Amino acid sequence: MSTLATSTIDLASRLDREAPAVDVRDLRKTFRRRDRKAGRFARKRSWPALDDVTFTVARGECVAILGQNGSGKSTLVRLLSTLLIRDGGEARVFGHDVDREASTIRRLVNRVSVEASFFKKMSASENLSYAARFYGMTPRQTRTGVPEILSKVGFPAERRSEAMENLSRGMQQKVALARALLTSPVLLLLDEPTTGLDPRSKLEVQEFIRRVRAEHDATILLCTHDMAEAETLADRIGILDRGRLLFLEPVEDVKRRFGVETLEQAFFAATGREFENDGQDEDDEYREVFA
Amino acid sequence: MSEFALETRNQLVGLFGIVERNMYLTKRYFLWDIAFMIWTIANTLTIVFIARAIPGITPAEENTAATALLVGATIWAFLGIIFEFMTETVAWERWEGTIEYTFMAPLSRLVHLFGQGAYAVLYGLIRATILFFAVAAFIGIHMPDANFGAAFGLLALASLSFIGVGIMTSVLPLISPEKGAQLGFVCQGVMLVVSGVYYSVSVMPEWMQWLSKISPATYALRGCRNSIINGTGMVWADVWPLLIIAVLATPIGLAVFKVGERHAKKHGKLKRSG
Repeated sequence: MSTLATSTIDLASRLDREAPAVDVRDLRKTFRRRDRKAGRFARKRSWPALDDVTFTVARGECVAILGQNGSGKSTLVRLLSTLLIRDGGEARVFGHDVDREASTIRRLVNRVSVEASFFKKMSASENLSYAARFYGMTPRQTRTGVPEILSKVGFPAERRSEAMENLSRGMQQKVALARALLTSPVLLLLDEPTTGLDPRSKLEVQEFIRRVRAEHDATILLCTHDMAEAETLADRIGILDRGRLLFLEPVEDVKRRFGVETLEQAFFAATGREFENDGQDEDDEYREVFA
Repeated sequence: MSEFALETRNQLVGLFGIVERNMYLTKRYFLWDIAFMIWTIANTLTIVFIARAIPGITPAEENTAATALLVGATIWAFLGIIFEFMTETVAWERWEGTIEYTFMAPLSRLVHLFGQGAYAVLYGLIRATILFFAVAAFIGIHMPDANFGAAFGLLALASLSFIGVGIMTSVLPLISPEKGAQLGFVCQGVMLVVSGVYYSVSVMPEWMQWLSKISPATYALRGCRNSIINGTGMVWADVWPLLIIAVLATPIGLAVFKVGERHAKKHGKLKRSG
């Protein structure tokens, strides 16, 4: 896998060997939105999606950020993917500032989000080739690289030419993983990669993430609201609540700190609330744009 | 390979990727394309038949009028394709959900948008050629003096300006996800109205004639009509304004797009819909 895209760009030269993979300090992002209960013509109010978030992720580490819908997980991933501009603080990836050195960051980072997001009339192979071109991969490279990566994620060879719209959600998510890994990112951002998948697909995707960690020199930032998934995949776990990062520690330290046996209990101890997925979705901010 | 050479190579591969993706989509939507082609031909016929309805003109004058209308309708259709592709650059990706992946990829915005424009020109020229000759054959228009090479050259030159203007309009769906695409079509309509799409610009009010001077479509329409009706070559009076607009339009368009992209990133609008 790592041989696929490395010939097209010298990633090593863009990495600050001393710097952590992710270094976030006092990161702030605020959106403005209307209170829907107050009606369509109500005044917009500020809503902090990220509120002075500070943490670091070491190279090769897998860190999980847990949080309910609307806690700021996707905003964090979008900021690190150069898709949002922060309001304050600092965010660096391998020593590079995500706003000022966006083009460098883009070579280093790829992501898998909750929605697979493909051109639905195009096949898995066509979609992957399209994505790979942006990273400098020629048709000759993708001709061998795409089947190779698809077989690694367990995608059936006979369905490579089938339109994406005919594939199940689990299959699409496997192609999404393949797309992210095809470009050999050194930082992989996983934003709820298994949400909505059936149990079997979920286990397959989790197993693949484990293999990526074991076989490749990739750092993983996993944002999820699945506590079991976070516990099995990550070295350290953080809880993001209403835009604030409550802690980021190994899971045993979290349990010891709060004197509890589960992460749900730890969440309750830290916030005084149950961990239920009933928070307002961050995407509501974006959906308002389309209203 | 030096860093610069490597980066240039990667950007060219990315440009090819944009063109390649559009080819895949054209292949997948081929039947829809045929239906759209038939609609465009029918629509163009409704315009060109007007020449037959003009009372008191000779057959030669009727032929000239029909040719002039056909050139206008063909360039309208050609420009429509370019504006559709450019304006929908963001809208398509937002609809398919790929927008975030494209905008976080290490592809320069110029290459991204120019790739989209290049395919639009290629696709538009093929469609315009089919449309032109299909309608000419149906109506029975004679073009004994036509200099198609010059007309084609002018249209190709004008395309560079159209891409630049198209880049400006492609920012609209970034700023206004719901209404941006429609505003792009408004720009297309306004450009053609002031450029004399079916008439000479001299019939318009003076302020509109001033606007026509900065529209690349004015020179494309005038030059193509002269080449096809009178057989003239590429006239410098049409070429130099197109060259200047082409040189200015792309950097201005790119600058406008970058401002829009920054606004979208600041306000969280760089996001898939649905």
